[in-house]
Amino acid sequence: MIKRSIFKSRLLPYLLIFPQILVTVAFFYWPAAQGLMQSFLLSDPFGLHNTFVWFDNFIALFKDPLYLRSVITTLLFSAATAFVSISMGLFIATMANRAFKAKALIRTLLIWPYAVAPAISGILWLFLLHPSYGVVALSIKRWFGIDWNPVLRGGDALVMVVMASAWKEISYNFVFFMAGMQSIPKSLIEAAAMDGASPFRRFWAITMPLLSPTLFFVTVMNIIYAFFETFGVIHTVTQGGPGGATNTLVYKVYQDGFIGLNLGSSAAQSIVLMSLIILITVLQFKYVERKVQYTG
Amino acid sequence: MVEKTPILDTFTYIFLMLGILIVGFPIIYAIIAATLSIEDVSRVPMPLIPGDQFVVNMQTAWEKGDLGTQLVNSFIMAAGITIGKIIVSMLGAFSIVYFDYRFRTVAFVTVFCTLMLPVEVRILPTYEMAANLFGPFNSLWSALHLDGLAGWIAGHDVEMRLDFSLLDSYQGLILPLVASATCTFLFRQFFLTIPEELCEAAKMDGASPMIFFRKILLPLSKTNIAALVVIEFVYGWNQYLWPLLITTNPKMMTAVIGLQNLIPQADDLPYWNVALAGALIVMLPPILVVLLMQRWFVKGLVDTEK
Repeated sequence: MIKRSIFKSRLLPYLLIFPQILVTVAFFYWPAAQGLMQSFLLSDPFGLHNTFVWFDNFIALFKDPLYLRSVITTLLFSAATAFVSISMGLFIATMANRAFKAKALIRTLLIWPYAVAPAISGILWLFLLHPSYGVVALSIKRWFGIDWNPVLRGGDALVMVVMASAWKEISYNFVFFMAGMQSIPKSLIEAAAMDGASPFRRFWAITMPLLSPTLFFVTVMNIIYAFFETFGVIHTVTQGGPGGATNTLVYKVYQDGFIGLNLGSSAAQSIVLMSLIILITVLQFKYVERKVQYTG
Repeated sequence: MVEKTPILDTFTYIFLMLGILIVGFPIIYAIIAATLSIEDVSRVPMPLIPGDQFVVNMQTAWEKGDLGTQLVNSFIMAAGITIGKIIVSMLGAFSIVYFDYRFRTVAFVTVFCTLMLPVEVRILPTYEMAANLFGPFNSLWSALHLDGLAGWIAGHDVEMRLDFSLLDSYQGLILPLVASATCTFLFRQFFLTIPEELCEAAKMDGASPMIFFRKILLPLSKTNIAALVVIEFVYGWNQYLWPLLITTNPKMMTAVIGLQNLIPQADDLPYWNVALAGALIVMLPPILVVLLMQRWFVKGLVDTEK
């Protein structure tokens, strides 16, 4: 799209767009192309010779049980993180939307965790869930009799990173659900109330369907967040351990590429992730948007 | 609301308080822990009454973690990313919306294909790029066998290699993260809603494109810029993977990375009071930005869909 009334200049528009194109090409397209090329190559340990191996890196990747395990871990981790943070965010937003008083104060008290870095959120929860000092860990042990030990037990470690990642995302979801709920016309809700629908009925029959575009968007964003931005949480809390139980795909790219120096495999993993992101984007824009109800 | 539901309202407030408490708990607990001495913080269970060691712990964290230097680095990085992104994307959007030229569509598509691609999926090649900015030229040079050509012209063997590394530098921390289509997209959408008449009037008054940009677009974009400042500052401050890779010199580390040195490991004394005091210091600037600019923050979040 372009304006009807535009400026005429031969050189200026190129000059204006140049910085953007330069950084995009230098830090998106060139690295992406390099990654793509690297994913078809096998380097010797000293990085002196590269052999073109077609899809060998990808085939090896999908045959690698560690990689498949990482895929499952990531799916579990993202689903759990998205579920916890979305349900909490939706619940709190519904409550906040019902409140008459102190709305601004309530919002203030709920949005600030957004500003906490994932890595710092990791530190906070590491302290809360530490097997020997953590207050939450001790309460779990005492009240539920669970032998909580994320240092040794993979499942516990996964729960810990899910908590640390989901916590800070609650405020993000809260903001979107609040915005979504405020855009629902009051008249609809009042009409339903006149027809005798209870608050719960109104929530399920009116608020939820009209909120579904927001819900859909927030779900996509939460999954992307859990996939890519939780690197900080995992690096501070578990470093992928114990025994690879929290080794998500992005963490594995980092480990294989920068610590294991397995360049071909790391590049192939990056390409898989890039394709995934592109797929999610296309799905988001093309397919699912049509199935969701819109207010307008 | 529409009818009187006293019981439900009571529950609403109870649940709300509970929700706020759950969301706030990690921080409240961290603040309490940061006020305790090492003996108290490692007692099981930890006392919930604040102690008097707050200032001492803060000072220890500040010195042990070299937070002074790192906070400055974080600030430069966050501010650089914010300012860089806004300038680059505003000019880009202006070019795309207000001019018609041959490669307009190409430029548009080139930029918007990168809308969703986070730095995390392309770390290794981006790192290589940052390690030598002239990498593409070197590859092009050797791919075209220009060495041989230059050698033939000069009459002797010539080796061409350009090196310019961004590792351990502010440019390296900032530049790769400036590349983002979200801001450009936002400005484009906003520019498209600006009435055509403004541009026509400006043209009639003989304003040049840049005068129009400065005198009309810039003032109109104020709220958008404010919203982006909040979002991007928080984004820049909280970056983790990229600064972790690109900085090896402790003097260049950002505060979020540096905090890792304060976390007690298995065989250390559990100085959690100091670690949490440090964490509180480091998380304060972005929290302040979000809370003080709350109105723009909510707008920014909903607009950029970040």
